[in-house]
Amino acid sequence: MQPDSDQPLLRMRGVGKAFFGVRVLDDVDLDLHPGQVHALVGENGAGKSTLMKIASGVYQPDAGTLELSGKPVTLPDPRAAQAAGIGIIHQEFNLLPERTVAENVFLGREPLRRGLVDRRAMQARTAELLAGIGESAIAPQAKVGRLSVAQQQVVEIVKALALDARVLIMDEPTASLADHEVELLYALVRRLQARGIGILYVSHRLTEVFDLSGRITVLKDGRRVTTLATAEATADTLVRHMVGRELSHYYPDRAAPGSAGAAVLTLSAAGNGRLRPVDLELRSGEVLGVGGLQGSGRSALARAVFGIDGFRTGQLLLDGVAMRVRSPRQAVRAGIAYVTEDRKGEGLALSQSVLDNALLAQRAVTPRWFARNARATTVRELLDAVEVHAAGTEQEIRYLSGGNQQKVILARWLAMKPRVLLFDEPTRGIDVGAKAAIHDLIRRLAADGAAVLMISSELPELIGMSDRIVVMRDGAIAGELPAGSSEEAVMGLATGAATNTEVTA
Amino acid sequence: MSTQTAALTSAAPAGLGGGGRSGWGAGSIRPVLIILVLLLIAVGIRQPDFYDPPVLLAFLKRAAPLIILAAGQYFVIVAGDFDLSVGSLVTAEVVIAARLIDGDPAATWPVIALLLGFGLLIGLVNGLVTTLLQVPSFITTLGMYLVLVGAVYTWTGGSPRGALSEEFRLFGRRGIDGVPVLGQLPYAVLVLAGVAVLAVLAMRSDFGKVLLAVGDNPRAARVTGARTARVRTIAFLASGVLAAVAAILLGGFGGVSFQVGQGLEFTAITAVVLGGVVLGGGRGSVAGAMLGALTLQTLLTLLNLLGVSGALSSAVQGLIILAAVAVGTLRRRT
Repeated sequence: MQPDSDQPLLRMRGVGKAFFGVRVLDDVDLDLHPGQVHALVGENGAGKSTLMKIASGVYQPDAGTLELSGKPVTLPDPRAAQAAGIGIIHQEFNLLPERTVAENVFLGREPLRRGLVDRRAMQARTAELLAGIGESAIAPQAKVGRLSVAQQQVVEIVKALALDARVLIMDEPTASLADHEVELLYALVRRLQARGIGILYVSHRLTEVFDLSGRITVLKDGRRVTTLATAEATADTLVRHMVGRELSHYYPDRAAPGSAGAAVLTLSAAGNGRLRPVDLELRSGEVLGVGGLQGSGRSALARAVFGIDGFRTGQLLLDGVAMRVRSPRQAVRAGIAYVTEDRKGEGLALSQSVLDNALLAQRAVTPRWFARNARATTVRELLDAVEVHAAGTEQEIRYLSGGNQQKVILARWLAMKPRVLLFDEPTRGIDVGAKAAIHDLIRRLAADGAAVLMISSELPELIGMSDRIVVMRDGAIAGELPAGSSEEAVMGLATGAATNTEVTA
Repeated sequence: MSTQTAALTSAAPAGLGGGGRSGWGAGSIRPVLIILVLLLIAVGIRQPDFYDPPVLLAFLKRAAPLIILAAGQYFVIVAGDFDLSVGSLVTAEVVIAARLIDGDPAATWPVIALLLGFGLLIGLVNGLVTTLLQVPSFITTLGMYLVLVGAVYTWTGGSPRGALSEEFRLFGRRGIDGVPVLGQLPYAVLVLAGVAVLAVLAMRSDFGKVLLAVGDNPRAARVTGARTARVRTIAFLASGVLAAVAAILLGGFGGVSFQVGQGLEFTAITAVVLGGVVLGGGRGSVAGAMLGALTLQTLLTLLNLLGVSGALSSAVQGLIILAAVAVGTLRRRT
């Protein structure tokens, strides 16, 4: 089923890439043969997307070589990659919804006849391409916006094929598909395979990887851990390859077992467009870790609790009292705080001073006309207590490091004395020293009786900090794990491997 | 948590300069102050008696409506919006005043109350359409501008009717007589001082700080608990009511015509930008905006003294907007 010819279509050797001195990809080898589905797996941040971007001409490697059918190539830009026969299907489609299928497929290189676009030729050629991959149900003259997501994906693929792509990179192709559409995608991938196209299949979901691929390359921390034939791999070995690493950071002591207090926040069957009904209890004094892959609904959960995209169904109880949180303002008034993962986009007013940013929640939610100096003094003390390093409280916050910016946001919320704190990736983009300080703060807040929910993609952090871990998958809670669980256990739940072990082994 | 209580003061300097509001960066008032001083010196050379208190006060009186409009425009701009409707709102207010008062002194105060209310109403509509219907403010207020122009023409049948009462004109024309040194202290200057104090206090209040944050990053402001729609609507209310105040002054020393407010929205925006306020919101002070208006008025006076035609002054305004925004962008980038 996997005809491995000797000459690989795409060969990457010793590929490396660093951004601002941070090495994100180091000495990676990869061979993709015609008619092969080669899966690329790894945690968030393992280097999958950087490798993909190098193969599709978006990034230039600092080290290493690329060969196409045995000939060395450089891909200075995405156009060069297209011309060389490498197509990429992103998670987010690059389609014009108001144009027809044919117009999208031939965008920018429409066939001409006497100086005008030759619609008939364009549609005929599109129909041919669609028929070639067994998708004749899609009409070339249909508007793309009217098609289903799965059909739009097919249009993206046809777009790549129209450029004579021999290598197709698919980034999480099932992420946006409904369950029944996944089967159709499988069939399509197998037909492309039969035509001798090499497919680099990037996915978190191990089930798909086992269903489709012939070979699997595992990346971790920018390095290739191993490449193995799918037939020889099991979900367990794969997960171990993905997460196995040495601990390099110490975490503050957890709460004593059984010391958690009463339930502060309770969700019962709470859901919305992005979350299936969730049941959850968050107790005073505990740090509840939320794990899962990107897009699994972790952030959606925090944002729903905080009223950004609120719950539509089910109940949210605060101290046992049912309430509806329709806006962040109501959440703040109810004693909930949210530290966003998107610090620049959603956390800070970058042109304002450190002090103004730290005071923003109080000023917005509990404005005062008098005694404002006392409040500023309190916030200054808080900024000192969380050890913000700045040239002064009047400095514009844009000039602070990520860690210091995060501490200012923490001070902002501490001034509101919240009972529930939601942290979304609290140490993303923060240097090691500040990371430890933020971990200490989170633990101290819990020790002082706050109920803390902490989302993290970093498994050591998630495991090191949490008194309890819930893992999300596909907008629902996949399972709960006790403190100190293994990274394998978390990844197993997150990828669905834990429930599929027997099937795939 | 540790002994490092002096973290904020002892930390290494960021060495990035240009960021502080007192410096040269975008949003600071230092550049406009320097331009203003240079222009005032130039005017003084050209017209030596300019610094006699009565002459200076007369100049401030003339500048008052524009400064007040600039203050109103500032609130809207710093929140990230525009108000293009103020020029036609001024015209509408003056025309309405003339027709309703029609020379009757007794009608003066009720009509003034009505004018302020009308300004608030227009601001409220602008604000609600922009925030609730999510129409870009540029379009909302452009639409309002056209609606007001059309409505005033229709209501008056093509030419302004009626007349303002002498009591109404008092605010724009007269003042408190017999003040030592100054001679007459114009009411317009008093109104201006009142508006300036209130505007500065408003921007120092919690509301003002939240307004700046909303203009800087509306998403962050919302996620921090701000009612962004309400805050932006209040900015439009301020712009509307201050346009009404400016109209009362302008009706006093100008005549009643359809031209009273023509082009004032752009003059006000020019003034605000000249004052270092960044289009798009989040940076700049209301003091800067008002100084910008004063500077613009000084420049127009100087051009007038130099015998430059009025037609050219509009070109000058255009150049100022382009230059100020370009320089502001450069300053922000470096």
